[in-house]
Amino acid sequence: MFKSLALPEYLATIDKEKCIRCKRCIQNCGWSVYSWGGDRVQIDTQKCVKCLRCYHYCPEEAIDILNNETRYKDNANWGFSHIRNIKRQAETGGMPLTGMGSDLPYTILFDHLLLDACQVTNPSIDPLREPMELRTYLGKKPAKIAIERDKNEKPSLKTKLGPQIKLDVPFIFSPMSFGSISLNAQKVLAYAAKENGIVMNTGEGGLHEDLFPYTDNIIVQVASGRFGVNPQYLNAGVAVEIKIGQGAKPGIGGHLPGEKIPLQVAKTRMIPVGSDALSPAPQHDIYSIEDLRQLIYALKEATGYKPISVKIATVHNVAAIVSGIVRAGADIVYLDGFRGGTGAAPNVIRDHMGIPIEYAVAAVDDRLRQEGIRNEASIIAAGGIRSCADAAKAIALGADAVGLGTTALITMGCTTCGKCYTGNCSWGITSQRPELTARLDPEVFGERLSNLIKAWSHELQEILGALGVNSVESLRGSRERLRGIGLDEQTLDILGVKPVGR
Amino acid sequence: MNHDYQKDIAGCGLAGLINKKKNPLSGSHIAKSMALMNDRGNGLGAGYAAYGIYPEFAELYAFHLMYDDHTSRMEVENHLKNNYHIEKTEEIPTRPVEGLGISPLLLRYFVCPLEDKVVGDMTEKEFVVNTVMKINSEMEGAYVFSSGKNMGAFKGVGNPKEIADFFLLEEYEGYIWTGHTRFPTNTPGWWGGAHPFTLLDWSIVHNGEISSYGINKRYLEMFGYKLTLLTDTEVVAYTLDLMIRKHGLDIPLACSALAPPFWKDIDKMPDAEKEVYTALRLAYGSAMLNGPFSLLFGHSGGLVGINDRIKLRPLVAAEHGDVTYMASEESAIREICPKPDKVWAPRAGDPVIVELEV
Ligand code: SF4
Ligand code: SF4
Repeated sequence: MFKSLALPEYLATIDKEKCIRCKRCIQNCGWSVYSWGGDRVQIDTQKCVKCLRCYHYCPEEAIDILNNETRYKDNANWGFSHIRNIKRQAETGGMPLTGMGSDLPYTILFDHLLLDACQVTNPSIDPLREPMELRTYLGKKPAKIAIERDKNEKPSLKTKLGPQIKLDVPFIFSPMSFGSISLNAQKVLAYAAKENGIVMNTGEGGLHEDLFPYTDNIIVQVASGRFGVNPQYLNAGVAVEIKIGQGAKPGIGGHLPGEKIPLQVAKTRMIPVGSDALSPAPQHDIYSIEDLRQLIYALKEATGYKPISVKIATVHNVAAIVSGIVRAGADIVYLDGFRGGTGAAPNVIRDHMGIPIEYAVAAVDDRLRQEGIRNEASIIAAGGIRSCADAAKAIALGADAVGLGTTALITMGCTTCGKCYTGNCSWGITSQRPELTARLDPEVFGERLSNLIKAWSHELQEILGALGVNSVESLRGSRERLRGIGLDEQTLDILGVKPVGR
Repeated sequence: MNHDYQKDIAGCGLAGLINKKKNPLSGSHIAKSMALMNDRGNGLGAGYAAYGIYPEFAELYAFHLMYDDHTSRMEVENHLKNNYHIEKTEEIPTRPVEGLGISPLLLRYFVCPLEDKVVGDMTEKEFVVNTVMKINSEMEGAYVFSSGKNMGAFKGVGNPKEIADFFLLEEYEGYIWTGHTRFPTNTPGWWGGAHPFTLLDWSIVHNGEISSYGINKRYLEMFGYKLTLLTDTEVVAYTLDLMIRKHGLDIPLACSALAPPFWKDIDKMPDAEKEVYTALRLAYGSAMLNGPFSLLFGHSGGLVGINDRIKLRPLVAAEHGDVTYMASEESAIREICPKPDKVWAPRAGDPVIVELEV
């Protein structure tokens, strides 16, 4: 073994005066940064990922995790991570992996959009005094409906409505599989989904029996690995999602290493313990749009016509692709933007492929309207929703609801350190090591996630009230209430919004 | 899809009356009622719609047109000649009114489409709508005030009294009347931009500022409507056209789609009704008019008044004998009907629907 020449990113430091040698940092760190040296804690800072678990759990506030000030010589072209990645690749011959969404400074359009508010000519509405409706239904909507009246003038519906998922608020949790995240993390999602009348999504890892009590709030996913898929599974939730792609890694499959496949994961995925769980890049029965249509209808038949969602990564041609997906019969299209998170993806893919969600939602909503089929499917915008403001802007651009993945994990302790693929998450979120996952109490953190959804719901109500509308469908696609700041004409045109001042 | 538009913003006052037995009423009543609410406008637009005023041409479409000049008149008349039988052409009678600016040319035509022009699946009504859209969007300097049968719109840049005097409103007799005065805050006065806004036999007068305009517009565009005036009223008219004429909803249901009941109330309804209103909200969520409004819409069968789901704009109704009155202010009703049998404030989102009985 040679010593790596890749510079450590962080310097874990312990104030020797303050330290009482309680060894909690040793216990808490999932990456074995700390070890006991007989009389003091030893630090292997090369392993530190700055997840900050130790920082929070040191009783004496003795720990500091500093950014390594030692950098390669300043070079505007050769950045720190370029040089560091080359060194790592030279040492290992592998693809550097990463977790979470891209952290590169591409333009974030959410930060260049401002919302409107009412003054004088139309009144704002006080959400504390007036009803403020956030309820959202996901699924196909009829373009028109037929209603008949009987001889007593009582109306009755003649049009048969397609199946709908009722959401109390327009947020859902993004698909995250058991395997990539821990069962406790899934339980946190399930608990909060139930509490708030929304849904979580199993991801591609099957449905663990502990989640059976929550199936009214669960979408089950069918991905290329087909893990855990059987008729009972397909019928367990409120809808089925076909995963075509993921924003952080469009066009590539998944690889859950055998170390992350203990008995429970293996049972749920219906694969042998310790075997690698490989999700092929494409679904091998979908090589074209007509194949997707067949799978959509096969799943509808298998589930007695539950809503079928199709999840894709937003790539250059997303509008045309979604038009095809809607025409193929999807009831919901889940758009996962470029900045969407992941448990594991090659750096090169995550940071350089796909397009951000803001453009994608705008382009898709426009295209579906031009083709007169916007009502045929609901649109979920996900991949980089960091706040209720982002959510409101995504809805104004045309989304029916937004998907929250990283946001949900942050409520569980995640600091977006990006090392999920190691399986060592000190917060017990993206790990299967029992001593780590036991830290994540589903109820305690379920409550926190629930709080977050409630907080964002209140914020969204405030936003609607300031906009002078009392129902979220009046914000959906209402781009007139957005203005772009510091955006060029073409970008404004793609977003369908005016610049500030107009 | 054009997003770089400047929406029209205005506050307003409105009034309407209907005699359900079709007994004719002179235009002086509505004019007097509107004159009382002069302060709700700023003199930049007022107008009236009247039903039953052309009994001798009741089966013909009455086109009220304004022209900026003779060139636009010639263009429109050529188009009409090629597509319609024209029973009668005349200038709309007017009298000079001090203080009123220069008026456009104002003409009316009593017409019916030539049979061989209405081909295929097209209905006569659609043919007329297309003509109106064509004139308004393609023929520079020409604008259709109204195009329904046995009805007409009279409007212009001025206050309600000036406009009523200008058009000799007192000389017309009709059984449904609506009136409007505007307070535009961002548009210069334009005769065509005054209310009522009409489409076939429908006329809309509207007070409000629809906060959901952005999505309402995009929703209508999906169904092929071209929104050129950028007013809320235009949105209301096209939405009603879509729901009633094209989708076959009845008037009460269309009103419920415009100002739907809250989910908390829908949840309490009996199952069949719950299903109806849920479907209505799912299908027409993007058509919901959100934000403050009260509006009256007149049509050949009656008059409807409605306001928004939380009543952010005023609407008062009253009855006296066979006549129902609706207005922004009770005083405007009492001005012409001092002792009504009944006066009430319609509840938020609850439409007042009056149908002609004969
Ligand atoms: S947790 Fe803090 S006090 Fe305890 S051993 Fe580690 S650094 Fe020292
Ligand atoms: S889930 Fe854990 S490993 Fe992944 S980014 Fe968050 S803290 Fe780091």
